[in-house]
Amino acid sequence: MNARFPPRDRIERRVVGILGLLVLVLTLASVAVGYAPFDIPAAAGDLLAGRATLPALVLWELRLPRALLGGLVGFSLGLTGAAMQGYLRNPLADPGILGLSSAAALGAVLVFYGGFAASFSLALPLGGIAGAALAALALNLVAARGGTTLGLILAGVALSSLAGALTALALNLSPNPYAALEIVFWLMGSLADRSMNHVWLCLPLMAAGWALMLSTGRALDALTLGEDTAASLGFHLVSVRLRLVTGAALAVGSGVAVSGAIGFVGLVVPHLVRPLVGARPGAGLWPSGLAGAALVLAADLGVRLLATRPELKLGVVTALVGAPFLIVLLLRQRGRGA
Amino acid sequence: MSLAAESVDIRLGGRAVLTDVTLALEPGRFVGLVGPNGAGKTTLLRTLAGLVPPRRGRVILDGTPLLDLSRDARAKRIAVLFQGAGAGWPMRVRDLVALGRLPHRRAFGGLDASDHAAIARAMARTDTAHFAERLEPTLSSGERMRVLLARALAVEAAWLLADEPITALDPAHQLDAMTLLRRVALAGTGVVAILHDLALAARFCDRIVVLGAGRLVDDGDPDILTDRRLAETFGITVRRGVAPDGTPYILPWHRSDPPPEDIDAALPQRS
Repeated sequence: MNARFPPRDRIERRVVGILGLLVLVLTLASVAVGYAPFDIPAAAGDLLAGRATLPALVLWELRLPRALLGGLVGFSLGLTGAAMQGYLRNPLADPGILGLSSAAALGAVLVFYGGFAASFSLALPLGGIAGAALAALALNLVAARGGTTLGLILAGVALSSLAGALTALALNLSPNPYAALEIVFWLMGSLADRSMNHVWLCLPLMAAGWALMLSTGRALDALTLGEDTAASLGFHLVSVRLRLVTGAALAVGSGVAVSGAIGFVGLVVPHLVRPLVGARPGAGLWPSGLAGAALVLAADLGVRLLATRPELKLGVVTALVGAPFLIVLLLRQRGRGA
Repeated sequence: MSLAAESVDIRLGGRAVLTDVTLALEPGRFVGLVGPNGAGKTTLLRTLAGLVPPRRGRVILDGTPLLDLSRDARAKRIAVLFQGAGAGWPMRVRDLVALGRLPHRRAFGGLDASDHAAIARAMARTDTAHFAERLEPTLSSGERMRVLLARALAVEAAWLLADEPITALDPAHQLDAMTLLRRVALAGTGVVAILHDLALAARFCDRIVVLGAGRLVDDGDPDILTDRRLAETFGITVRRGVAPDGTPYILPWHRSDPPPEDIDAALPQRS
């Protein structure tokens, strides 16, 4: 190949291919690793043959949902982080910057608080999704008025602090300490004890959210040069904004609803991916999603392999690993003068 | 080919920014859009680019009102270089220039041979090809301006609108940029540039359009920058001279009206 015209698209495809393979391997590893010894081929055979044996049940009701949700939630976080950083042109933006994850958490906490969580298994995620939906509606009203990006961020920050305050209020007024403890643990994020119902609930919402965010790839590239230039290149900025807010609400809202808050993945992953794709925001969307999935799956594996009692919460692990990592990354970038 | 504003009124935030502006542009000419700060130059440029809908009047591109054109069609025909539009990410120069091809790309298609050819042409014209692989943060202001101009040229539009393309440059790069814009116009593109340097505008532009307080106050050869016009619209007096090759030049020298704070107090001996 001509060295002066490196095949950018091919590099991008290779990055996506390698990361996709990594996600696949980690998903299989996640199915294979658990607290009890487990014969996967036998269980899979039973499952495919329709025999309701114990191994088949364990595979279908415990192992598979956990692995699939890890991938789905991770992809949502990575993709939303990359989309938000690209859109806001800010390397410190994360999936929670518009307040959508706080609103989803508040929705779930209110379900806890109202005592509906025990009544049926999907009450909690549905509450979270309702919270994110209301927040997205409010943000879209702001976004559709065509104000500035700063206005959108401020609305998100306001929403985030309001949701945080109401969550604290719910904890404060919690009728008994066990309920409060349960809420706090849930907020730390985890993939333990989720069922296939959780997967079916969040999968369509996330897929729609991903499609909306992935459709903005080129607009994000154009926004590199600012909003005016992007508009002069033929992009409809209000449409881009509505797609991003709605997409982020669908992906992150349903993610938080099924797994609780898992921090730092959406913030760190785009930084990891950026050098691989020449810093183009649009080209970083797919790789960021896949890298997010790989990171959450790996962290969830770590949680199980460490085998502390009580089990470490996934959000705690990602934050513990992510925060120092981000600091190192930022220091190195500053060192390079970039 | 033509791009024209017809009695355009623009109000922003309840304030009249442009009032009854009529302006017809032609291809192959380098138009300098001048006027004091707040005269509405940038708004006029944005209006000509179809980014601000006029409250009254309209902008016509080759016989079609601009607002009736699709965004893509408009973006292919009018390229805009905005002021201070640096890159948000440490992207490579070639990837930045390639952004100019976005209006030409179909859904899910990569860059094709014609895109690569347009990018190569734009980089050759702006003399940026030799640092195509460098990252944006490592560029100097002059290099960055040339890269952004290459981005705008890569659109290969019939019209190029530039908002203060030379303001942040040193004198040598200002001269280079003006020469480059003039060459772009000579190659057939209609170029409109907002300029604050009246000396350079008068020397390099084919035509000068003067905006004052939201109205088009003068339009014509660089000769229209008479002492009276400069005093009335810009509030300055100039020194005039003739270069050895016979080209006249002007040099802003004083405020013509009493300044709010006396500048002469700061420069007492030199006047």
